Amino acid sequence: MSKENRKKTDVKRADPSTSRGWFVRGLRNGIPICAGYFAVSFALGISAKNAGMDALQAFAMSLTMVASAGQFAAISLIASSAGIIEMITTTLIVNLRYFLMSCSLTQKLSTKTKPGHRFLLAYCMTDEIFGLSATVSGNLNPFYTYGLMLVSVSGWCAGTVIGVLMGNILPVWVSNALGVSMYGMFLAIIIPPAKENHFIGVLVAISMAASWLFTVLPVVKEISSGFRIIILTLVIAGIAAVLRPVSDEEENALPDEVAESSLSGETVGPSEPDMDESIPDENAGAGDGKNSREERRE
Amino acid sequence: MNRIYLAIAVMAATIYAIRVMPFLFIRKPIRNRFIRSFLYYVPYVTLAVMTFPAILTVTDNIWAGAAALIAGIIAAWLSRDLFVTAITCCVAVFLVGMF
Repeated sequence: MSKENRKKTDVKRADPSTSRGWFVRGLRNGIPICAGYFAVSFALGISAKNAGMDALQAFAMSLTMVASAGQFAAISLIASSAGIIEMITTTLIVNLRYFLMSCSLTQKLSTKTKPGHRFLLAYCMTDEIFGLSATVSGNLNPFYTYGLMLVSVSGWCAGTVIGVLMGNILPVWVSNALGVSMYGMFLAIIIPPAKENHFIGVLVAISMAASWLFTVLPVVKEISSGFRIIILTLVIAGIAAVLRPVSDEEENALPDEVAESSLSGETVGPSEPDMDESIPDENAGAGDGKNSREERRE
Repeated sequence: MNRIYLAIAVMAATIYAIRVMPFLFIRKPIRNRFIRSFLYYVPYVTLAVMTFPAILTVTDNIWAGAAALIAGIIAAWLSRDLFVTAITCCVAVFLVGMF
């Protein structure tokens, strides 16, 4: 790392407002999620209306749940006047994957992150926001997640309300384009690390193949998409962890070492002493991919 | 009407409980190497599983979805940028939709 970079990093490290930088970056990266959410929640609004809900109720539902499959399930439960036990059990099952995501995200938090953040971060755990938050280089600055959440939840709620009020006013090609943007974003998260780290590349390919098989093979194709995600994640990530355990340097959690290594790391991004980690140079793994992506986002 | 708000409150509380539980109970970095590795791989596997084959059926035309997939992979490979990749996918769907 050049002296200049080191100097730049020092300046940024001294700047207490870097949380703001992360927040702004979150707002920007939240735009594709917002577009995708808008398209999906539109459909949600329409089915909420069909289930006899008004715009305010649908809005309250979208704001408090922020869960796509979970909300479609919720609407059908409301429509069928389900009992409270049925509501709780169905909701638990359909949304179980968030449990796994929250578990994973706890490991991205610095030990210095204030405990209060955990309550708000929990609210932000959707597939998309989790995906972006969990793949930042080093520790997660919660403000990045808040930026993502603010933009995407706005789209989610707006889409729901407009869906209830106006029905499907979007031309098909517009909703098609909006719907696909979210998947484009997922690709942008998983492909660059897969390019740098062959193991992750293979993992991604196997995951996609297995996911496809689960939608065509008899018996397993009856499994709902929520469960498919849980089962495949447990199995594939579990096998991957056995085959190639992540080295300590790859995701170091000790705050002191973290601060130190962030000086020697390649990361040029907004480094904050307690939020930045670092992946050492010699580690030609996913880390490098993430770092470069980080730079691109500047 | 009140029944609907009650239902929303119950289900929203359940979903939040699922999300907040790990944050409340896992307060320290996990030492176990297997679990750490497992959690490290979770997002990649989850996102890959969610993307494919769902991307093929999200539009009303499977070829538009396939075009978005290929265009998205190429854009992600070359640009590494979320925004560029997302827009490339939209454009791919749009172009296929025109024919």
